[in-house]
Amino acid sequence: MRPAVRDAVLSALIALGLFAPMVGLVLSNGEQGLELHGRPLAAAVVVALVFFGRLGMHLWTHRPGHEARTIRKSLKVPAGTSKFLAPALLAAAVLLPLTGSRYYVDLGTLVLTYVMLGWGLNIVVGLAGLLDLGYVAFYAVGAYSYALLAETFGLGFWTCLPLAGILAAFAGILLGFPVLRLRGDYLAIVTLAFGEIIRVVLINWVELTHGPNGITDIPRPTLFGLRFSMDDGDDTVAGFFGIEAETIQRVIFLYYVILALALLTNWVTLRLRRMPLGRAWEALREDEIACKSLGINVTNTKLTAFATGALFGGFAGAFFATRQAFISPESFTFIESATVLAIVVLGGLGSQLGVALAALVMVGGLEMLRDLLSTIGEQMGSELFSGLAGELPTYRMLIFGLALVVMMVLRPRGLVSGRTPTARL
Amino acid sequence: MLTVTDLTMRFGGLTAVDRLSFEARPGDITAVIGPNGAGKTTVFNCVTGFYRPSSGGIALRHADGASFELARMPGHRIAARAKVARTFQNIRLFAGMTVLENLLVAQHNTLMAATGFGVVAILGPGRYRAAERAGIEKARHWLDRIGLTDRANDPAGALPYGAQRRLEIARAMCIDPVLLCLDEPAAGLNPRESEELNQLLLGIRDGGCSLLLIEHDMGVVMRISDHIVVLDHGKKIADGTPGEVRTDPAVIAAYLGEGDEEDAA
Amino acid sequence: MIYGLIAVGYTMVYGIIGMINFAHGDIFMVGAFLSLIALLALAGLGITSIPIALALTLLFAAGLAALYGWTVERVAYRPLRGSFRLAPLISAIGMSIVLQNFVQVSQGARVKPMTALIPGGWELMNQDGFTVQLSWMQIAIVATTLIVLTIFTWLVTKTPLGRTMRACEQDLKMAGLLGIDTDRTISLTFVIGAALAAVAGLLFLLYYGVIDFFIGFLAGVKAFTAAVLGGIGSLPGAVLGGLLIGLIEVFWSAYFSVEYKDVAAFAILILVLIFRPTGILGRAEVEKV
Repeated sequence: MRPAVRDAVLSALIALGLFAPMVGLVLSNGEQGLELHGRPLAAAVVVALVFFGRLGMHLWTHRPGHEARTIRKSLKVPAGTSKFLAPALLAAAVLLPLTGSRYYVDLGTLVLTYVMLGWGLNIVVGLAGLLDLGYVAFYAVGAYSYALLAETFGLGFWTCLPLAGILAAFAGILLGFPVLRLRGDYLAIVTLAFGEIIRVVLINWVELTHGPNGITDIPRPTLFGLRFSMDDGDDTVAGFFGIEAETIQRVIFLYYVILALALLTNWVTLRLRRMPLGRAWEALREDEIACKSLGINVTNTKLTAFATGALFGGFAGAFFATRQAFISPESFTFIESATVLAIVVLGGLGSQLGVALAALVMVGGLEMLRDLLSTIGEQMGSELFSGLAGELPTYRMLIFGLALVVMMVLRPRGLVSGRTPTARL
Repeated sequence: MLTVTDLTMRFGGLTAVDRLSFEARPGDITAVIGPNGAGKTTVFNCVTGFYRPSSGGIALRHADGASFELARMPGHRIAARAKVARTFQNIRLFAGMTVLENLLVAQHNTLMAATGFGVVAILGPGRYRAAERAGIEKARHWLDRIGLTDRANDPAGALPYGAQRRLEIARAMCIDPVLLCLDEPAAGLNPRESEELNQLLLGIRDGGCSLLLIEHDMGVVMRISDHIVVLDHGKKIADGTPGEVRTDPAVIAAYLGEGDEEDAA
Repeated sequence: MIYGLIAVGYTMVYGIIGMINFAHGDIFMVGAFLSLIALLALAGLGITSIPIALALTLLFAAGLAALYGWTVERVAYRPLRGSFRLAPLISAIGMSIVLQNFVQVSQGARVKPMTALIPGGWELMNQDGFTVQLSWMQIAIVATTLIVLTIFTWLVTKTPLGRTMRACEQDLKMAGLLGIDTDRTISLTFVIGAALAAVAGLLFLLYYGVIDFFIGFLAGVKAFTAAVLGGIGSLPGAVLGGLLIGLIEVFWSAYFSVEYKDVAAFAILILVLIFRPTGILGRAEVEKV
């Protein structure tokens, strides 16, 4: 007990040092310039949390009969679970629009966009082991490719989708060619820089991209040439099938488009994993020097991983543009890259199912939590809940960051680990 | 087979290998020995393309007459075209992948060509199926030889040390090399494993692949080598059959006499 | 100059544990915030003498930022030593995000402006109404940087602590075998790096007078560029790189466009990494096989 208390007091003292000025004192923009306010209660709460948290942790790990813990061992998903879970998730995803709730379908679309981005980045980070911090750049290239092609040449979504993907992949090759020879952590920072460069260029190249104002009126996708529109023409979906036009039809259609795109990503990834190329990616992640000794062209192999990842990022970007009908550089910040990375890491590097689950929890879960809180707040007229709901987006990134650190410390191989061999004897 | 002429490798001011010349004959097991720091691994890294020599030539000639200048080739080509395979002093397996996958990765270039470089095979199986079956068969052949067939689906990192060594050799053999370079294959093996290794290496030699090996374990070196090159301070001090080298006064002075633990054989 | 101070932190950590400390830029940002809080608090306590206030602020910010540096290392990096390759890197990115958002949550997202503390300057020349002025502020920055770096260089080259640090840099495992407490040395490296970053934060605050929770990101990348440019692992290189990056930015803004200022720094980073990954003063690394 004694050492536990001492340890906790020590931690609390450190926490006091860390948080007393930053939480206990707050800067606010007053009328006379900056003002400093005290917030002792908040600081005390944080310090107390640290104290009891540490105390609890200490007592837990040193409780009698507790052996050296195998916390590092990854959660073993029972073989049966993942067999059921994946089809169950898929079925739920296919059936979701039947609820007819616009809210759920919209949320589903958002989650699936991140699932797709996660799967795309998973090829680069999870399989090939290349840490790409500028994945959003390819997302942006895809989105802007579609928006600009549609605006300038009047091309439709389905024509532009492959083009957007190819352009993004091309950007990937362009960036990858010089930098893929670098060590892993250099690569990380160069991709980070590349992401920022793309964003700065998007903001400042006003003639092409309209700068910070973004591009508006990006055309929606069509269903075999039929538009989703309210004007009942013969070339609209509603007019063609002779049903009443409703916005939800388009929303559901978009949902299925992203579902199909995400599944395509997944299918290609799973196929590639069983191909020599995919195996070479994984081998590269495990040991680059050994790859070289076996006659594998390391640079080219990395490049293909980079380009494939970028390709799907580009697809997702084009979809994003057509769904929002509006894009601006605001949507392509480092935070997006970090979010997608957090999803991939949390899901377990290389695990398709894990990425899908992580996206569901981190994007869908937080979104739903926020809505739940604000509904409760409205219902009960409680300041606390609605306040919490309003604050949630701010805390979202804090949670993501913490999740990254905690995941790495506790389960570096992700929530769902255990890879399936690509060949059996 | 392999002709090294005037090979020199400098790191900054340090000359690790100094005008070294030797020859490895086809169908031989050639051993490179020498005290620690003699430059053995550096020679190896030059031959297998991990270092670019400061000067000198490394020529490799295949049985069909095709010849390659290894000192000028990029590393991965040396394995892919010139068919020189290697293992590492500190084992470098793809630890997270299964034993079988390790052997399939080694056949990357053959399999890759069969997939139409990745693109075609995504869409239709056809030719790739056959190629992969052949690849798995080859892997099975080597697994049988190293006695790991029943562990084919286990992660390579989970194997015991000795088995990892053997697997690394099998993986190198899967690129169909004409020359196999082994960097201290017997390090850390117990006598029984060491004997198994000898048999494996002799078997590989009799299969038509030449071997170049660095080894500290004199038992292994003396028993299986056809030809020994002795290095000291980056220079060749002796060159000959095990019998010749064993009695060479320069070798005894520089190497065998130097440390008690070295001449255990 | 400010970049140089931050770059030293990167280079030190990289030299010892061979990892990019992504959170370093955010420590700098925290340092700037701590400085601002301290300045206001001191003003509230009635300490009006600017030199005393600044000195106290410096100590306060450097000390607490050092505590942040220590905590970051302890929480996010130490458990990962010996883990797989990407783990510490991802953890560092996580930490960077945590620090950024922690400050955003606790101090608000709005930009914090501050009135200039050291106004005025030294007029170099005055010709046809065109003045070239060297403000006291600039002089103070240069002086502080030089003093801090001198102390720091003395610390690394002359003291036992510096010796253990350099030993760890050469060979961490061996140093550990020789009885050096490597964990402690690594912690100290983070502490010193963080303190230097906090000094940079204070200077940044005084010079620009505006800070927000996001400054760490850009400053971090630029300082990293400086470290790479100078040759990562080399301390004088970091300072030199910092100076160069600063100059390049100034000239770029003057002769090309201000909008693309940040692009310039990033482009330099990429170019240096491609053409001369060892930087100006770095040593070549031979890959051990």
